[in-house]
Amino acid sequence: MRPFDYHRGTGIEDATRAAAQGSFIAGGTNLIDLMKLEVMAPERLVDINRIEELRGIEATDGGGLRIGALVSNTDLANDPRVRRHWPVLSRALLSGATQQLRNKATTGGNLLQRTRCLYFYDRAMPCNKRAPGTGCGAMEGVNRILAVLGTSEHCIATHPSDMAVAMMALGAEVEIVRASGATERLPLDDLYLLPGDTPERETVLAPGDLIAAVILPAPVEGRQAYRKVRDRASYAFALVSVAAVVAVEEGRISRADLAFGGLAPKPWRNRDVEAALVGQSPSEALFDRAADILLEDARGHGDNEFKIPLARRVLKAVLADLTTGAAA
Amino acid sequence: MQTSLTINGTARELDLDPRTSLLDALRHHLGLTGTKKGCDHGQCGACTALVNGRRVNACLSLLCMHDGDEVTTIEGLGQPGALSPMQQAFVEKDGFQCGYCTPGQICSATAMLEEIAQGWPSHVTEDLEAQPELTIEEISERMSGNLCRCSAYPNIVDAIRKAAGETA
Repeated sequence: MRPFDYHRGTGIEDATRAAAQGSFIAGGTNLIDLMKLEVMAPERLVDINRIEELRGIEATDGGGLRIGALVSNTDLANDPRVRRHWPVLSRALLSGATQQLRNKATTGGNLLQRTRCLYFYDRAMPCNKRAPGTGCGAMEGVNRILAVLGTSEHCIATHPSDMAVAMMALGAEVEIVRASGATERLPLDDLYLLPGDTPERETVLAPGDLIAAVILPAPVEGRQAYRKVRDRASYAFALVSVAAVVAVEEGRISRADLAFGGLAPKPWRNRDVEAALVGQSPSEALFDRAADILLEDARGHGDNEFKIPLARRVLKAVLADLTTGAAA
Repeated sequence: MQTSLTINGTARELDLDPRTSLLDALRHHLGLTGTKKGCDHGQCGACTALVNGRRVNACLSLLCMHDGDEVTTIEGLGQPGALSPMQQAFVEKDGFQCGYCTPGQICSATAMLEEIAQGWPSHVTEDLEAQPELTIEEISERMSGNLCRCSAYPNIVDAIRKAAGETA
């Protein structure tokens, strides 16, 4: 590991100032691993674990929740309010990593975790994300776990989070404290950038910008599910995952909030898919049409081509489950 | 970096390079070699220890981030002649072969029983709001962060069920 300067942050202002030339650290489960491999080598680590304002889950005036950036994946998954009203979020969290990791991993850190692309991790390999301009080893290499949507000619990395996929389906917002001190709220979808020509830039955050919280809107009517397909039964990243909140009224779909993991460089939401479902009677033909829209621009790269038919099957299965026997 | 913490009930002061992992601090600087280094990347669970009562991978944490924390290692759970119920159950049920992953398995399993007692759900729990039961499926899912290359899993599961029975 490269040497770094360690700073114990005493408050948000102190931490954002100190992190202008460095990186925040909270749970550290991803960052420390990447630092050991020297894939990441921040000059300074700003430890935010002692900042009280970043802790806790509070009810908002709007009937939602404000989840502090330091809330662990464990505490969020176990929160009685989340289990009852946002079960898709508990399910997504519980499907990720291991209990040891969930105990350390935080809400803010989970959103900002890096891809598990093998070429990003291996410094002997070209990678436009880790070392811009060196090329992409994955494009014609071992890419079973990589993306089929939202990619560019420079990068096909996937965002590995389960939690963020559920938050995307739930319409979560991210509260950011900019290094300047200004506070902003962004839809989660707007936090992430697609790789384009600059795969090294993954979010709209600048150095020193801190995620302070995630805001969940009030719960909505409907059934929720998180379906994750992976290479082993536990402790594996999603090959394809679907987070869904679906409601049926009088035989017609009245809500279909959907987000997808394992398919793209960010948790993926496509409103055209949802628009095609809402107002229609559930049927296999309808679900196929939704999958057609989702996968219209999907492009495989050899190893990962199986994800395209797999995503179709998982989406159809989730929609069938959530609309079958639903109250009229 | 100056770090004060409690390890197995004893207050400790350490001033080490900030790069030092909690795992290396335990093994190399405090002589607590019960906690094992397997992969050193959070994938195998051999380094599992308890921090403020919760199981974590000691390899993926820096010592300097644990100022003020309470750490319990396998040495703190029990000692020869005064084994914890989980340690005793692993001996009685032969929950190991080579033994390298065992301290991590035991720390992890000890925390797991407490998690179930507190009603934490897992990925395989049918009802997120019901009290989970200690089925084989639940144990397997909840212990998936601890690998055993000897594949002593059936006896590990038996040991955990035995310990759960004794502590219930």
